[in-house]
Amino acid sequence: MAQILETSSLSKSFGGLAAVSDVALAVAEGEIHCLIGPNGAGKSTLFKLIIGTYPPTAGSIAFRGEDVTQQRPYERVKRGMSIKMQTPSIFKELPVRQNIHIALQHHVAKAELAREEDRLLGLLELTNEATKAAGALSHGQQQWLEIGMALALKPALILMDEPTAGMSPEETFRTGELIHQLNAGGMTILVVEHDMTFVRQIAQHVTVMHFGKVFVRGSIGEILSDPRVAEIYLGKPHDQ
Amino acid sequence: MRDMLKLVNGPQTVGNGVPFWVAFLVVLASALAYPAFADPYDVGNFAYFLIWVFMAMGLCLMWGYCGMLSFGQTFFFGIAGYSYGVLAINLGGGSMTILALALAISLAAVSALVLGYFMIWGRVGGVFFGIVTLSATLVLAFFLGQTAGPEWRIGEARLNGFNGMKGMEPLNIPWFEGETLYFEGSSLYYLAIGLILIVYLALRVLLNSRFGNVIVAIREDPQRAELLGYDVRKYQLMTFIIGSSLAGLSGVLYTSWGQFITPSSVGLPAAAMPIVWVAFSGRGDITATLVGSFLILVAFQTITVHSQQAALVLMGAMLLATVMIAPQGFVIGVARGVGRLFRGRRVATTSS
Repeated sequence: MAQILETSSLSKSFGGLAAVSDVALAVAEGEIHCLIGPNGAGKSTLFKLIIGTYPPTAGSIAFRGEDVTQQRPYERVKRGMSIKMQTPSIFKELPVRQNIHIALQHHVAKAELAREEDRLLGLLELTNEATKAAGALSHGQQQWLEIGMALALKPALILMDEPTAGMSPEETFRTGELIHQLNAGGMTILVVEHDMTFVRQIAQHVTVMHFGKVFVRGSIGEILSDPRVAEIYLGKPHDQ
Repeated sequence: MRDMLKLVNGPQTVGNGVPFWVAFLVVLASALAYPAFADPYDVGNFAYFLIWVFMAMGLCLMWGYCGMLSFGQTFFFGIAGYSYGVLAINLGGGSMTILALALAISLAAVSALVLGYFMIWGRVGGVFFGIVTLSATLVLAFFLGQTAGPEWRIGEARLNGFNGMKGMEPLNIPWFEGETLYFEGSSLYYLAIGLILIVYLALRVLLNSRFGNVIVAIREDPQRAELLGYDVRKYQLMTFIIGSSLAGLSGVLYTSWGQFITPSSVGLPAAAMPIVWVAFSGRGDITATLVGSFLILVAFQTITVHSQQAALVLMGAMLLATVMIAPQGFVIGVARGVGRLFRGRRVATTSS
């Protein structure tokens, strides 16, 4: 399968700290790929490098076969990337519907806008909250709204940084269902997540990061049965 | 065209219903009828108050809607005001004053383009945006203050240091039967009313359009706006240019009104005034800014007649009260209260 995203020797340092170091990540078109690792492994920094909010210290990023390393975030978005950030990044003072409207308005025809807004609000189960200020939503609903705004762009690749943080188990499960639904429609999904139940629910491929580097990669089954992965999460047993 | 007219109402503007537009028409009709009943001296004073409202609306667009607090709108006011003087003197007056008006506003726009480009592309944001724009206006005031010598002239126009530039014709156009219509007194008043009507309605359309949605998104979260595919810098620059051009329009009308302009109209106290007007009125809404700024100017002038110091203290007290009691602005607070009252009554009537 063709690669939609490839990073090559990608590195990012903050002063003397190498947050991401020599990362080669390949995401195939149409897959659900999970990025896991302990806190501070460099997962969110890698996401910011991919979307372009951080410039890399070294290395390159190719998206749909094109080198996008020097492109600004909005240019990458126009080429088909989209992101849901770690903490909800929405327009809190504006009504929920207007949040969706702003995400939709530059690529949906005026006549279709209202219908598309209704469809997305229904998908996100936010129809009854449409006129509320986005900041008045619960944390889980804010996460969903941001996912909706990212989806409104009809991206080829969506990056989701901890999409279920702060969600109840039911909301987490529904988010997993939504991800499967989107993937069935052909969307490639790259997810950073700590909740291993959720990772089991969605992941087809997993990359584990540790200390800013790619530690190991494989299918979800391979990763879960790898004792080295358990070790970086849980530490070594005392008798070894 | 019909779609554009629909945008006069929308989520970014307070006052979208029939009662609002009825009140709007009543106020407009009263404003148009006012010179027929009032003393010409008062009409001239009102024209003077209206001149400043453009600068306030421009700042409201930039600060209230796009989140860019400029402390130096008087820079563009001064650029356009002085440019009008230089051009009107050198081009020879008459209908050339209209060309001088257009060129002076264009110069303010180009200045905004250059200054805005360096600030926005250089990622100058937040409080630093205010500091850089304030510095720009202070530098201009300082420069103009030292132009008293006869060598500081552009063509026939002497800048004249702190005494100010004078001798330019007011805006005028050829009128019927070989007459010339000078925009002074009531004719300046009507010109200001006409321009305010055009600018106000155009800003409402702009704010409720796709462009307006993007600039409020930038105010809320510029990174998210960029991550939705918008080149935030271009929208900020365009907003800065429009807001600064409106300050330029105020500058031209001011110079034309008094046929003089001095560096004090570009200095620190002058630069602080638009911030007080817009903050007190409610930076989040263009109508609140229009109404509030006009009312403050009337109050300020009325008190200045008795004591200029008292008027300045009042401005300071108003700014303090706004920050402490109504950070969203007093006029917008009252407008929302009236709106709630109307809705409450309607609900009560429906339920009974």
